[in-house]
Amino acid sequence: MKKDIILAGVGGQGILTIATIIGDAAAVAGLSLKQAEVHGMSQRGGDVQSNLRLSTEVIYSDLIKQGSADLIISMEPMEALRYVRYLNENGSIITSSHPFKNIPNYPNEEDIIAELQSLPHTVSLPIDDIAKANSLPKSANIILLGMAAKFIEILSPEQLRESIARVFAIKGEEVVKANLAAFDLGLAAVK
Amino acid sequence: MIERKLLLGDEAVALGAVHAGISGVYAYPGTPSTEITEYIQHHAPEVRSRWCTNEKTAMEAALGMSYAGKRALVCMKHVGMNVAADAFVNSAITGVNGGVVVLAADDPSMHSSQNEQDSRFYGKFAMIPILEPSTQQEAYDIMPYAFSLSEELKLPVLLRVVTRLAHSRAGVVVGERRTQNTLHLDNERTHWVLLPGNARRQYASLVDKQPALQASSEVSPYNKSVSSHHKATMGIIACGIAFNYVMENRPQEKGFPVLKISQYPMPETCIKELAGQCESLLIAEDGQPFVEEQIKSLLGSDYVVKGRLTGDLPRMGELTPDSVGVAMGVERTTTFADAQYVMPRPPALCQGCGHRDVYDALNKVAAEYKDARIFGDIGCYTLGALPPFRAIDSCVDMGASITMAKGAADAGAHPVIAVIGDSTFTHSGMTGLLDAINDHSPITVIISDNLTTAMTGGQDSAGTNKFEAICLGLGVEPEHLHVVVPLPKNMEEITNILRKEIEYQGVSVIIPRRECMQTLKRKVRQNRVKQS
Repeated sequence: MKKDIILAGVGGQGILTIATIIGDAAAVAGLSLKQAEVHGMSQRGGDVQSNLRLSTEVIYSDLIKQGSADLIISMEPMEALRYVRYLNENGSIITSSHPFKNIPNYPNEEDIIAELQSLPHTVSLPIDDIAKANSLPKSANIILLGMAAKFIEILSPEQLRESIARVFAIKGEEVVKANLAAFDLGLAAVK
Repeated sequence: MIERKLLLGDEAVALGAVHAGISGVYAYPGTPSTEITEYIQHHAPEVRSRWCTNEKTAMEAALGMSYAGKRALVCMKHVGMNVAADAFVNSAITGVNGGVVVLAADDPSMHSSQNEQDSRFYGKFAMIPILEPSTQQEAYDIMPYAFSLSEELKLPVLLRVVTRLAHSRAGVVVGERRTQNTLHLDNERTHWVLLPGNARRQYASLVDKQPALQASSEVSPYNKSVSSHHKATMGIIACGIAFNYVMENRPQEKGFPVLKISQYPMPETCIKELAGQCESLLIAEDGQPFVEEQIKSLLGSDYVVKGRLTGDLPRMGELTPDSVGVAMGVERTTTFADAQYVMPRPPALCQGCGHRDVYDALNKVAAEYKDARIFGDIGCYTLGALPPFRAIDSCVDMGASITMAKGAADAGAHPVIAVIGDSTFTHSGMTGLLDAINDHSPITVIISDNLTTAMTGGQDSAGTNKFEAICLGLGVEPEHLHVVVPLPKNMEEITNILRKEIEYQGVSVIIPRRECMQTLKRKVRQNRVKQS
């Protein structure tokens, strides 16, 4: 079994944290893993992505081939669209519906959402609003991870929860608790 | 104890070097090499690891550590090799005592760079062994091998990685740590004093070592063949990370025979053997057609060699599993076309960044002149070239802002302004400033000081707290040296100083100083964690 996941967003939105959690869970589960990240210039408010590959078999390429990603997990709707060429025919998109507009020519929001919904398996939620409504302003990315949890399949939601506890342990119990709550919110929001 | 860790390629190199018993790492930050030194700083405090002022000082210090008998790692991004080149090439002539590994992190596709030069050419130029791991595991494993090879051949070894290996994570099985070498100073002055008489002998010795380098490559554990049970017309040479893309596309039941190359000089006997079994060879290598060119002359013009030069692979940019698949005849199977509502999202200066205020001031004053020119440099502030600022007219290499401004002023241009960051100034700007002072060139130099090396993630900057003293010491006149705080409320003061200094017919230096927003935020966060 293998899962090829593209994580997308804008520099600073926390996609590398999502990658770290999934990566930690995969390592503990003994899966093969490759996770290509973007460091450097793009992190200054540019588009960022991470190719995350999980498998029970050996993985060769650090990069995902076009047409073969099982999942796009995105912190931003236009950034989710940037990688649809990489999606396989049964692939899903799990995305925040909240646009991050730091460019003057950002497309019309409705057009972006309509294009996302025209794809066969899209789940989009206003994660920033959910985070604020639940007093978890810093955990929007973990809500998104919760939304994606059932689609990751090669790892169970419980394995991801355990990983959240490990990854955030260094920041203290409160932070762990908040992120577990965020994860559960995302998990419950998707049927 | 053997354990499995999840490591970036850079981190695997770092841990491999620590386990190989290095006593020092010498480096200047540069994407995608920065994380190597950072990992050593955080995980091996007993290894000397403070950031160097530039790649040349790094290379020379490493050579000194080697002279004293200990093992040293030097790390830089590919363009840093240009800065270190004098020391690097001559270190092959002196040879080494303690092992020296020079890591060059290449950036094909120029994710964070101004060119995609291939560092393997430097290794061939210096006539030393080159290693190019394919995976994170190999990046770890190859370090002890590299240091042993260096000490065995008495030569520095070049280790080449590319962005996709440097910045990709995978599970790595790690082993035991070797103890550091003890101090044993080299006594062979004839090796180290490169007067022409000695240098000729040393160069002859380097030439004499070449068959040993070749022999080492032919039997290297890192050059390996993947055979095919089927008669294939095409064989594949896959270098470094390209091996992964080849294997990703290689169907198990009818694969092409593959020769993976991770050690150079390229293993000519192995290559000829593969060529003999096939009618053509595909050369998959990230970067420039380094192997492809050499293989063409090795096999003769009649043999069909495919690669970047023939258009079978793209001439520029990093390889991908897709481009390699096409060259191997694998059909593309995309379901969805590119989306319609997607716009480019270039990086930008952070909100609240002091460089923003500097550019606001510069744009305001420059607009008052018909032909003002602003020469930029390498760092976050290069983003001042993009909207909304569009403030700089050039960005070429580390330090070129000051020297290009000087040359333009020499030619009669006015006003000319140089914008350089604090870390770039100490890296390569100080010598150019001295030239301008000695020539009394009418230029205005802005050292935009954010107290860190920001672009690469906030490493210590070599000149912090020393800039006024450096400028005065070089000969900037005190009345033409100004320190300002780049904030919107100080705009009038800053623009007035700029106007006055532009009219001064000599060198002026203005230092806008305010801490980087990213390092400031990090400090606030860390304090909060400490308090809680």
